[in-house]
Amino acid sequence: MRRLLWPAVVLVLLLALNIFFTPSFFSVQVRDGHLYGSLIDILRFGAPLILVSIGMTLVIATGGIDLSVGSVVAISGALACLQISEDAGLPMAVAAALGLCLVLGAWNGFLVAAVGIQPIIATLILMVAGRGLAQLITDGQIITINDPAYKVIGGGYWLTVPFGILVVIAVLGITAFLTRRLALGMLIESVGGNAEASRLAGIRARGIVIMVYASAALCAGVAGLMISSNVSSADGNNAGLWIELDAILAVVIGGTSLAGGRFSLSGTVLGALIIQTLTTTIYSIGVPPETTLLFKALVVTAVCLIQSPSFRAKAFRRRGRSAPTQPSPEERVLAGRGGTA
Amino acid sequence: MAVPAPVLTMSGIGKQFPGVKALDDVDLRLLPGEVHALMGENGAGKSTLIKVLTGVHPADAGTIELAGRTVAFGSPLEAQQAGISTVYQEVNLCPNLSVAENILLGREPRRLGRIDWRRMRARAHQLLARLDVRLDVSAPLSVYSLAVQQMVAIARAVDIDARVLILDEPTSSLDADEVQQLFRVMRRLKEEGIAILFVSHFLDQIYEISDRMTILRNGRLVGEYPTSELSQVELVAKMIGQELAALERLHGEAKTFDRPLVEARGLGRSGAIEPFSLTIHEGEVVGLAGLLGSGRTEVARLLFGADHAGSGELAIGGAPTSLRTPRAAMTHRIAFCSENRKEDGLVPDLTVRENIVLALQATRGWTRPVPRETQDDLVGKYVKALRISPPNPEIPVRNLSGGNQQKVVLARWLILEPRLLILDEPTRGIDVGAKAEIQRLVAELSDGGMAVLFISAELEEVLRLSHKVEVLRDRRLVAELPNDESLTTDVLLETIASGGRVS
Repeated sequence: MRRLLWPAVVLVLLLALNIFFTPSFFSVQVRDGHLYGSLIDILRFGAPLILVSIGMTLVIATGGIDLSVGSVVAISGALACLQISEDAGLPMAVAAALGLCLVLGAWNGFLVAAVGIQPIIATLILMVAGRGLAQLITDGQIITINDPAYKVIGGGYWLTVPFGILVVIAVLGITAFLTRRLALGMLIESVGGNAEASRLAGIRARGIVIMVYASAALCAGVAGLMISSNVSSADGNNAGLWIELDAILAVVIGGTSLAGGRFSLSGTVLGALIIQTLTTTIYSIGVPPETTLLFKALVVTAVCLIQSPSFRAKAFRRRGRSAPTQPSPEERVLAGRGGTA
Repeated sequence: MAVPAPVLTMSGIGKQFPGVKALDDVDLRLLPGEVHALMGENGAGKSTLIKVLTGVHPADAGTIELAGRTVAFGSPLEAQQAGISTVYQEVNLCPNLSVAENILLGREPRRLGRIDWRRMRARAHQLLARLDVRLDVSAPLSVYSLAVQQMVAIARAVDIDARVLILDEPTSSLDADEVQQLFRVMRRLKEEGIAILFVSHFLDQIYEISDRMTILRNGRLVGEYPTSELSQVELVAKMIGQELAALERLHGEAKTFDRPLVEARGLGRSGAIEPFSLTIHEGEVVGLAGLLGSGRTEVARLLFGADHAGSGELAIGGAPTSLRTPRAAMTHRIAFCSENRKEDGLVPDLTVRENIVLALQATRGWTRPVPRETQDDLVGKYVKALRISPPNPEIPVRNLSGGNQQKVVLARWLILEPRLLILDEPTRGIDVGAKAEIQRLVAELSDGGMAVLFISAELEEVLRLSHKVEVLRDRRLVAELPNDESLTTDVLLETIASGGRVS
């Protein structure tokens, strides 16, 4: 639990910062039978990122990475909106979109596990081709739809709670059950920690890797439904753009090493919430639009530094405690991070 | 003879890791121009002491004095600059770089800010010549054997103006000639006044090369002794804290084996091992003897499905089969403890418990987790039976010492209750106490009907445990010798040397 301490501290600090600019920041009310407030907004708008990040966590735990989730978000939204605009009905639209995402994810997994392509390259293929596929589905246009039932996925409420938050809770619950109650998590960590040793211990890594990429795409697919539902339209070009980078960042902030092995779902959720809170904060404290990216990058750098035990040791001159001999996951990725936020 | 002032004095060193007291009030003195052996079982604290000395870990207590000055190194680099160089058990070099680059990495001769390649090669050449090693220094390190790489690592270490050279099990992968070559180098460095701290599990080597020794047990100092005044039996007794019963040949009466378990006919894989035929019976211990690189591991990997056999047939329990994956071998209840526990055995991030149940969980698939109670029972049982130390199954396995890691891998396979257990160098790099335990375990298991394929570089060990010995040479199985009264290490050596032509 110690490793969740710093992400939690950062999140609390970020939230606390808002109170100076928005005194009503922490108030949550029920208005028109809906929960309403800044905190609820962070959860609601952060839902797609949390979903994508959950899938990304498992992929990264196997020692891989999935750059294609942003494109999958677009494809999922595009197919669902197309189906609805052709009056296929909501269940059919959702099933078709998620089904396609599963196939695409399995394809990624196949390239990585069976063909042996490096994950960053294998998923780069779909990252690029997927945008094309999404535009092919929407015929290069932005499909606009008007379906109240579809609107619920991203913008609706159930028992006063935004529907998106419930979806996140459900997906998180299922993932936690599969990985921590069943043995999937341990096998994923084993494959990510030492692939050859896992093979020699009799683990069928191929199946696990394919499944993990498929579930990452499925999570992205659900996020895609949410995003397109929220705006009642599908934009093959811009839906989910760069969300894969935010998701990777969320996973790393949450304490999962990019080298694979141990992962933390709750850490990832914290990481995603930090990123979403940061976005909200930037708007609420009125950072000039042209400097928002720079501001975000600076905060993220600070967050990563504060999480690095060896940086803390250096910065606060604490000696005599056993410093880890390996660089922590945060440090390992620090170099390649700047502009992604 | 007056005792010269120590070049290095460590006193009262203490070190605590989460869940482990690794060192407690340990002293160490190194005199200039001596070879000092650091002795102890696995987990006694040898590696930790070295890491504290070289600045990898800060000490929790105690002081270090180098040439009369109190020092505290924050990093291995600082230690190196102060004249303390280390060559670790596992060679820490970059196989993709050239020999010269490896030797001079980080202190390349420069001219006008650019690397002076000519001087670099010359310097590397000169340093290797000091060790009587001649290599093409511009060739990538990876083309050379592990033994040569070890020499390169030593050349790298002594290039720096070293006053103390630490050799952490440098001999575990060297053959006899290479060991002698290393010893020549050590004697020369000793004459130059360098203090050498030497860690090895080979007692004969210790007695051949070392002048004095410091013995640790369970993180505490047992004592400091001149090597000539301590007999091997006394040394072992001090290391394990009790008198070691003499190890007899572990199998009493001759047994007959009539139930073949694994039959290989012309099994082979091009480039790895020539086709061989081999029958392993239930309850039989089959030893594989041969030099490093003779194909011992390759035989094991084929029988476990870790590599695909290119030719030949395999029958298990009389039924023809082909092992395409380790998993297939496991369904036939074949288990394989690899010699390379770091790369092929352990998942360092996972806990001891998770590493132990890993293979069992793999056979069940992810949908049927091993209940936590069952896990704790099994793990508790084997942690106790194999005396895995520290006996805390919830710490990451990478915090364990080498021998204890080996036991973890062994436990992983034992809980599957295999019919054939393949042990590839299970006793390499572990201390006498653990070695005897593992040998005894092998004998017990085979008495219980388990077949064991036992691979070891130590012929005595093979001889002591095996019912029959298969001799390998140059990737070919050259002889099968029943282990009766007439078989001795000399006969084995001769067979290996002659390739089976004499007998």
